[in-house]
Amino acid sequence: MTEDRAGRSVGTARVKRGLAEMLRGGVIMDVVTAEQARIAEDAGAVAVMALERVPADIRRDGGVARMSDPGVIDAIQEAVTVPVMAKCRIGHFAEGQVLEALGVDYVDESEVLTPADEAHHVDKWAFTVPFVCGATNLGEALRRIAEGAAMIRSKGEAGTGNIVEAVRHLRSILGAIRQLTVADEPERFAAAKELRAPVDLVAEVAERGELPVPLFCAGGIATPADAALVMQLGAQAVFVGSGIFKSADPATRAKAIVEATTHYADPAILAKVSRGLGEPMRGEEIATLDVKLAERGW
Amino acid sequence: MKVGVLALQGAFREHRETLDALGVEAHELRSPAGLAALDALILPGGESTTIGKLLVTSGLLEPVRERIDDGLPVLGTCAGVILLATHLLDGRHDQPTLDALDVTVRRNGYGTQLQSFEARLDVAGLTGAPFPGVFIRAPVLERAGPGVEVLAEHDGHPVLVRRGPVWGSTFHPELAGDLRVHERFLHQADRQ
Repeated sequence: MTEDRAGRSVGTARVKRGLAEMLRGGVIMDVVTAEQARIAEDAGAVAVMALERVPADIRRDGGVARMSDPGVIDAIQEAVTVPVMAKCRIGHFAEGQVLEALGVDYVDESEVLTPADEAHHVDKWAFTVPFVCGATNLGEALRRIAEGAAMIRSKGEAGTGNIVEAVRHLRSILGAIRQLTVADEPERFAAAKELRAPVDLVAEVAERGELPVPLFCAGGIATPADAALVMQLGAQAVFVGSGIFKSADPATRAKAIVEATTHYADPAILAKVSRGLGEPMRGEEIATLDVKLAERGW
Repeated sequence: MKVGVLALQGAFREHRETLDALGVEAHELRSPAGLAALDALILPGGESTTIGKLLVTSGLLEPVRERIDDGLPVLGTCAGVILLATHLLDGRHDQPTLDALDVTVRRNGYGTQLQSFEARLDVAGLTGAPFPGVFIRAPVLERAGPGVEVLAEHDGHPVLVRRGPVWGSTFHPELAGDLRVHERFLHQADRQ
């Protein structure tokens, strides 16, 4: 890594993962306007995800979902002081380049948008901006880390307000990690083959008992108790998409989810913040969905 | 010696692991219970606006301020030094402060994450190799008041300062894989 005149090295794995570590215990909120971004920051969001449409609307409207208009991202960057993230399509490295040029703090190579490449993800090592990617299982997480992802989020099923898929994916990733920690050497090689993941990363996970990058949770969180559930299962922070701005009282609900994510193991606080939030987003039964976004990614 | 790590949001785990590596008893602080038993406190990096709000809602802001005023040794890293600073630039109007360190700090003073960096630091009093400085959307200390001792600088600005038992860094010693800054802080705190 090269240094500039002041002796600075930018874009290192340590600074990319470092920002994810600073977001731990926090809530990253999807926003589509500067006004929503201000509400999110007022509520205590650690970062915002700048979008043109929240996943529930992408799901309803159909069509091709792409990177946000740079004007939307500019306006949101202008409105808040917390980190601003934005999504690019899977494999769409040119969208990634545009987002980096816009100065976003994190790029989410996201299955919520329509994939641009059915075989390849973005080569994330080639960027100075850090990337987060979704995963439904440990193999997928390790393939994304091998490509340079500096944060993994379990995918869940975005835009449904239904926590069941988030729980499935989180349990799948964390359960597979626990199995690896007791695997012997030949079993690690076999696991690498089964997981379709690099053997050195498999060995690192087996030694550490966790991913080499922070693991956050996304897709279906709609209530403070949902946030507490995934934090207790082992998520280190949460992404909330449609769950806030598709509810009756976004500001109050956003604050409650922030407090629940910090005090996730304190039922008395969870009970207190769960009162008087108004209607949550309606939510969808997974079996009724036409498109499962979590199946995108390879 | 029992050291608290404010565990509302951010990189509190890395501080706790650093304390574990030094063989020091650590306590994750999320409520005023437990504050009285602490011999020192660490305010971690994270999102300062979020931590500020959670300090208020968890009822910790005033009790922590009182203990620091009474001389509790405290180390604030990145967002932590923002919380300690008497003067804040580019903050939010409603951001609470502990008012414990006479410095002027500019949030995100280097820019966005694209400007986050690593740099080697010469720290006063540390022997051996330069300290690996990790700066994540770091603040810049634009002024250090009278009596504030500058222990390290980068590019013309203080990055590690102390005034009595109150220490602040704009970088993340907890991410460095190097225990020396914590060790030095705890050594001073122990002599209090």
